[in-house]
Amino acid sequence: MSILEGQGVTKYFGGLAAVSNVDFHVDQGEIVGLIGPNGAGKTTLFGLISAAVIPNSGTIRFKGENITSLKPHQICKKGLARTFQSVKVFSDMSVLNNVTLGAHFGRLQRVSEARATDEAARLLEFVGLTGKAKVQAKDLTLANQKLLEVARALATKPEVLLLDEIMAGLNSTEITQAMELVSKIRAQGITIFMIEHVMKAIMSVCDRIMVLDHGKKIAEGTPQEVATSKTVVEVYLGE
Amino acid sequence: MNWRSLALKSFLLPGVVLLIVLIIMAALPSFGSKYSIIFLSTIFMYIVLTTGWVMFSGPTRQISLATAVFFGIGIYVAAILGMHLPLVVMVLVSGLISSVMALMVGGLTLRLKGVYFTIFTFGLLELIKNLINWYEVTFTGTRGRFVVVVNNNTIYLYMLAITGLTLLTAFLIRRSKYGLALQSIGEQEEAAAHIGINVTVMKVSIFAISAFFMGAAGAVMATRWTYIDPFMAFNMNYSFTPVLMAIFGGVGQLGGVVIGAIIFAYLEQILITQYPYYYMLLFGLVMVISMLFLPNGLAGMVQKWRARTVGGGNVHS
Amino acid sequence: MLEVRNVDAFYGKIQALWDICLLVSESNIVALVGSNGAGKTTLVNTITGLLRPAAGSISFLGQRIDSLPTHSIVELGISYVPQGGKVFPEMTVRENLEMGAYPFHAWKQKDDTFQQVYEIFPRLMEREKQLARTLSGGEHQMLAIGRALMSKPKLCIFDEPSYGLAPLLVKEMFETIQNLRKQGITIFLIEQNVRHSLEIADRAYVLENGRLCLEGDCAELLQSDHVRKAYMGL
Repeated sequence: MSILEGQGVTKYFGGLAAVSNVDFHVDQGEIVGLIGPNGAGKTTLFGLISAAVIPNSGTIRFKGENITSLKPHQICKKGLARTFQSVKVFSDMSVLNNVTLGAHFGRLQRVSEARATDEAARLLEFVGLTGKAKVQAKDLTLANQKLLEVARALATKPEVLLLDEIMAGLNSTEITQAMELVSKIRAQGITIFMIEHVMKAIMSVCDRIMVLDHGKKIAEGTPQEVATSKTVVEVYLGE
Repeated sequence: MNWRSLALKSFLLPGVVLLIVLIIMAALPSFGSKYSIIFLSTIFMYIVLTTGWVMFSGPTRQISLATAVFFGIGIYVAAILGMHLPLVVMVLVSGLISSVMALMVGGLTLRLKGVYFTIFTFGLLELIKNLINWYEVTFTGTRGRFVVVVNNNTIYLYMLAITGLTLLTAFLIRRSKYGLALQSIGEQEEAAAHIGINVTVMKVSIFAISAFFMGAAGAVMATRWTYIDPFMAFNMNYSFTPVLMAIFGGVGQLGGVVIGAIIFAYLEQILITQYPYYYMLLFGLVMVISMLFLPNGLAGMVQKWRARTVGGGNVHS
Repeated sequence: MLEVRNVDAFYGKIQALWDICLLVSESNIVALVGSNGAGKTTLVNTITGLLRPAAGSISFLGQRIDSLPTHSIVELGISYVPQGGKVFPEMTVRENLEMGAYPFHAWKQKDDTFQQVYEIFPRLMEREKQLARTLSGGEHQMLAIGRALMSKPKLCIFDEPSYGLAPLLVKEMFETIQNLRKQGITIFLIEQNVRHSLEIADRAYVLENGRLCLEGDCAELLQSDHVRKAYMGL
């Protein structure tokens, strides 16, 4: 049984099928990549999993349980967290408070102020933002805001983490650091499903890759298989 | 230890000052003039309404114009039950009924975004006013009701107590994780939901809590008016004025809200008595000028001044 | 074409840029490279008039522009594609593009320009009647670039144009930029994708912590140890 799986997941916006009859699965401990051209429905699929959006048909199961009709906060409490493509940090709050909130309302039960703050501080160190704890989130650079979102999501103690393009806009050095962070997160026992366009990262960090195009799954396999698939090259990679 | 002395300074000193102020205020009936007692009761009323409004609309950024609805429910409950119940119970029941109303309204409508929510709350005011009016005209044959009479000192003390409780509640919520959560809802509702915050429950809860205090204040103030009718009880002034006071004082800080209410109410009193023919004009002028030069209210001005003299740093509100 | 001389810039009391000098010559592609937070967007905001330089001057085609309001700067022929492609969410794709053609000289030619933009980004034509907010992140980027092109600029400033774009689109986008240069548009390119940008640019500047630390010919910079280590992870 996969820790996260979906069958026949479909979502229409008006007459347009943003996600069309997609089956997917992520096994515990895996890092699975989700790639595809812009507008393929990747972020929409994440939205369907996290219940930001309600599917028109299909089911999504988390740890064997049908989560299709749950609300986002309930799914978070079950152990699934995510980051957002367009960064949604709490701008007028300090970096530390952003993460502390995650610790308070995530899966930890009845957390005291002190414990939540300690947990937040620990996570800031984990992602590399310790020096910025008191800074207002809106004053961070985009790359740091993405790290903040990761820390905040981790504070809810997830078993599965959905990462949406955390490497966009990073230079090569920063990308390498982000890749290390992703590996560190997996080493903690957290399963990762990530959307990325940065091929270098996807290829080296992912165990398996899924490819969407125009809302449909068009390929799936190991990084090698996907990179050499003619369809994928034509539609997404170029070269 | 360093942090202990800091905690002492930030809690003990203000705490002692507040306690002294509270004691003086509680003793006021014995040495203050009748006019000042009545005047202060009105100011307390505005502080409660404004703080109640800020409790919800501050962090969530959804502007509610339902303050007058909950205030008015308190008034009407006082009119209906005041003769039959001891004062304390009546006030509590008024607060509770307002709360329940807020729960129902909130549950249905907090999904509305932005302007739509605001207009809905305003419409609610009109609805309930006319509904009660129709009911009275059709069924009781009379318009309005008499309210049990209570002496001014008692009114004053009750309003003092309610004000203290409202401010304490607002303060405690703000400082707690719930205050932080409410702020996050106002900033990024979707992200807040995704980190486990039950947005609907949070919003409806704080809406109901704020309504409790508004209703309680309404019940007490009704006893001063002795006769009320739907148009007096559900008066849109009590929806708009708290918003103006909060913005004037500065929504960010609780102290700003209180000072804003006090200055505003005082200003209104002075202008009405000194310039009875022009006071509306002058009032409007004051509002316009303060909006132009103090967009963050008085509290914002104080913050800027402190930042300049102390040299920056975050102000914890 | 664009000359920035000894520019200092502040955000309130905090200095963000120190003594910036750069030159963008006609029909060139000039790249600006630097980490997040180095001050690249600040510099662009200063050029486009959203921020006033505290010292120094900025000239475009011989005319001082550092005290002009942004809309005048756009009328003069500078176009800007913001990072993350800020589109007008409640307008359709077509309406967004039309807004791009707002400057007088561009408006007259807008029908032709539409064709050109749709050729470069066929997906935009597919989604012509859709509200911009229903587009995906990468499509926002495409739309923002298209909108900038609609103003028929003489100088086009791209702020991280490859941000969030699929690899195939990134290649197409850099090809587009080169095509634009062929059509006579001068390009000022700000990018994290150092390799790609240095490959197509004529000159490059490296910005670190608000100061220019390196500048010169791209071939040289690609070989520079510092650039390779700090930005290309080599």
